[in-house]
Amino acid sequence: MTNLNLATAAALNLTTPSEQTTSTAKITARNLNFYYDKFHALKDIRMDIPEKRVTAIIGPSGCGKSTLLRIFNRIYSIYPKLEARGEVMLDGENILDPRYPLNRLRSKVGMVFQKPVPFPMSIFDNIAYGIKHYERLSRADMDVRVEQALRQAAIWDEVKDKLKGSALGLSGGQQQRLCIARAIALRPEVILFDEPTSALDPIATGKIEQLVEELKRDFTIAIVTHNMQQAARCSDYTAFMYLGELIEFGETETMFTRPSKQQTEDYITGRFG
Amino acid sequence: MSTDHVLPAGLPPAPTDSVALRAESDRRADRFFRYLVTSAGLFVLVALAGAAASMLWGGRLAFSTFGLDFLTTTDWDAVGQKFGALVPIYGTLVTALIAMLIAVPVSFGIALFLTEVAPPWLRTPVASAIELLAGIPSIIYGMWGLFVFVPVMSATVIPFLTEHLGPLPIFGPLFQGPPLGIGMLTAGIVLAIMVIPFISSVMREVFLTVPTRLKESAYALGSTTWEVSWNVVLPYTRSAVIGGIFLGLGRALGETMAVTFVLGNAHRMTASLLMPGNSIAATIANEFSEADSEIYLSSLIALGFLLFIVTFVVLAIAKLMLMRLNRNEGHR
Amino acid sequence: MSAIAEKLYRRRRFKNGVALTLASAATLFGLFWLVWILWTTLVNGVAALKPELFYQMTPPPGEDGGLANAFFGSIVMSLLAIVMGTPVGILAGTFLAEYARRSLIGEVIRFVNDILLSAPSIVLGLFVYTLVVKPMGHFSGLAGAITLALIVLPVVVRTTDEMLKLVPSQMREAALSLGVPQWKVTVQVLYRSALPGILTGVLLALARISGETAPLLFTALNNQFWSADLSGPMASVPVVVFQYAMSPYDSWHSLAWAGAFMVTVFVLCISLIARAIIARRKVAND
Repeated sequence: MTNLNLATAAALNLTTPSEQTTSTAKITARNLNFYYDKFHALKDIRMDIPEKRVTAIIGPSGCGKSTLLRIFNRIYSIYPKLEARGEVMLDGENILDPRYPLNRLRSKVGMVFQKPVPFPMSIFDNIAYGIKHYERLSRADMDVRVEQALRQAAIWDEVKDKLKGSALGLSGGQQQRLCIARAIALRPEVILFDEPTSALDPIATGKIEQLVEELKRDFTIAIVTHNMQQAARCSDYTAFMYLGELIEFGETETMFTRPSKQQTEDYITGRFG
Repeated sequence: MSTDHVLPAGLPPAPTDSVALRAESDRRADRFFRYLVTSAGLFVLVALAGAAASMLWGGRLAFSTFGLDFLTTTDWDAVGQKFGALVPIYGTLVTALIAMLIAVPVSFGIALFLTEVAPPWLRTPVASAIELLAGIPSIIYGMWGLFVFVPVMSATVIPFLTEHLGPLPIFGPLFQGPPLGIGMLTAGIVLAIMVIPFISSVMREVFLTVPTRLKESAYALGSTTWEVSWNVVLPYTRSAVIGGIFLGLGRALGETMAVTFVLGNAHRMTASLLMPGNSIAATIANEFSEADSEIYLSSLIALGFLLFIVTFVVLAIAKLMLMRLNRNEGHR
Repeated sequence: MSAIAEKLYRRRRFKNGVALTLASAATLFGLFWLVWILWTTLVNGVAALKPELFYQMTPPPGEDGGLANAFFGSIVMSLLAIVMGTPVGILAGTFLAEYARRSLIGEVIRFVNDILLSAPSIVLGLFVYTLVVKPMGHFSGLAGAITLALIVLPVVVRTTDEMLKLVPSQMREAALSLGVPQWKVTVQVLYRSALPGILTGVLLALARISGETAPLLFTALNNQFWSADLSGPMASVPVVVFQYAMSPYDSWHSLAWAGAFMVTVFVLCISLIARAIIARRKVAND
């Protein structure tokens, strides 16, 4: 295991590693490059995602932040002509190695998307769907698992009386928490959030942010957001990307108060992007 | 919210050893499904190619016996076993042409009405009603044509045409003849009624794709509704409109039942549109069960092959024209 | 405004008025035929309706009878065509939407399918004649059903392709990110999401084949008697209507109108149901 602070500090010439937030890296990316056909979208990314912390990835649109996130569970691979080169280690194994079983990766790394996309089934089946693919559970065990996932995603109280109802009848914020519950239900180790609140109103957004804060006790979280306040509010670490490069990585507090790079400061203070 | 947050303490992690096995069987199932859908997709190609090949094969006797004469002669003699397809080819083209002459302007008018003129509450019901026309089976058009429309044609329309247009110098011969009612003009009109819903619904759909800002900026210059339609909407959608017209033409060329009822099944070449004639599809439908010799049957299948080639080309042009609008839209 | 501009303006307004009036007239023209044709079918059809239609066989010339064997044949061949055409159509549509979305082969198949969609059905009849009837040596209900299935196929391919394309890509990604294999995602999530649309396509295909006449002339032919034997000639409503309408006998004409009326009512009902499904789906999506 890599000691995150040392590694990152060495890599990025960070000056003041804080002592109390020491954490091991869950995911480490090294020499990571990404190509959309001929377009070089990510350039030599070197980055660590610390375990059981929230890491925010920010940057102007088109900077490659979503692209980076979508490498961590290889969801990009469903489209032709996309290629990732380099190394992304998850618990010491390279997930970019074609021999790494895709469904093991997906069971370890869950993902929540921009728009809430509940499946066209009942609320219960939405949660049970993924579980069924990995485990043979009795009816009673499945009930327990579904309830746990819904509770963990802080939506149980709102849906417990209508588990058999269609998930499409829920509000946008509820749908998104349902999608989070669906991801949690597989008991992953990492959850990726791709701008999870961009389609939601402020109140629903607040609930999701609070949920993310609580989920980091059990999961490693990476969240892409275009909303800097969101990054500042709910992340422990922040990565700033620009034009396919990782410009700066550090503790969120440091990053937002004393950024070390001029570009970061410009972005954070709203001078571009 | 945090009150119902209960941590699943001490739960075992999801079993990962079975996951690897699962991955293998998933991959196999995925590959199988891919093969399955791919072969279904290829089947569509095979169906079309098979249709063409089987008709070429079935018509080979006619093609080899008559050669190019098959396309250029008018004999259709079952007893003498001599077959030339010029009459049905001519009839197909003429009836389709009459149909297009009527259907294109009417369809344009309908599309214009449904996108620019009609009050919004009227648009959907009228559009649906017109599209219902497209759903009526062609045999109904044929029966209506034979039992209702043909008498009207022979009693009023044709005498009127013969009287007023017959004596004209150049166009006159087109409108001379006895008021039989059945004939190429009647068939052309019935075909027009059949293809109007197809052409008008394509036109309506493409007119709706014209960006509002484009129309608004023309209106802002003081243009009238007609000027906007003629100078902005139509040029913008030109290729797709042509595509829609060709789509209708493809239908008109291949339509069988409606035409069979009202065309008269006569293997004679006449200048007059009021006389009975024949079309490729009607000839096949009428005579297939009577074909008693190899060469007769082969000639009919050869006709089918010709029809297939012509409609294929027309429909391919239609599709390409329609695709052009989509592509342009992508760039805008 | 100057006098010239005034005059020009009046002329432009006039032209506009004429054009828009003509457009309205064109619409009335279109609706006029619709009403006329439906009215004719209704009047003649209702006059010819009688209970014997449903239990007596098609009669020889000059005698009374019903259309029972023709109804039966139409139902059998149509259902068989749907059963054969729908699965292949859904799979081919899946190939286009999920596996070949931007590939050349996908574009070619989509192109060919659209042509098949508008191709004259008589051509498909000839195809099946050379492929099935000639080798078998005789006309058969099976050949008729195969022909109708070839008409069902492109309709279902097209709607499946389009409906699957409407499913947001994030739905696919969300399901795949659970580690569920693609085939399961397609069958269990995407099909479910696209189901109303695909169902609409199947209904539209059913509406289309239930009035098809020409291709059955060379494949199923006709049968004056009740026959459930798929390997022999089989009656169908449209073919009987065609044969009877072209005959000189009044009793046959009356039966033809009854058949035409039943087919029209069936087709219109199916189209209306299909429309209702689409409309409901639109409301649900908004």
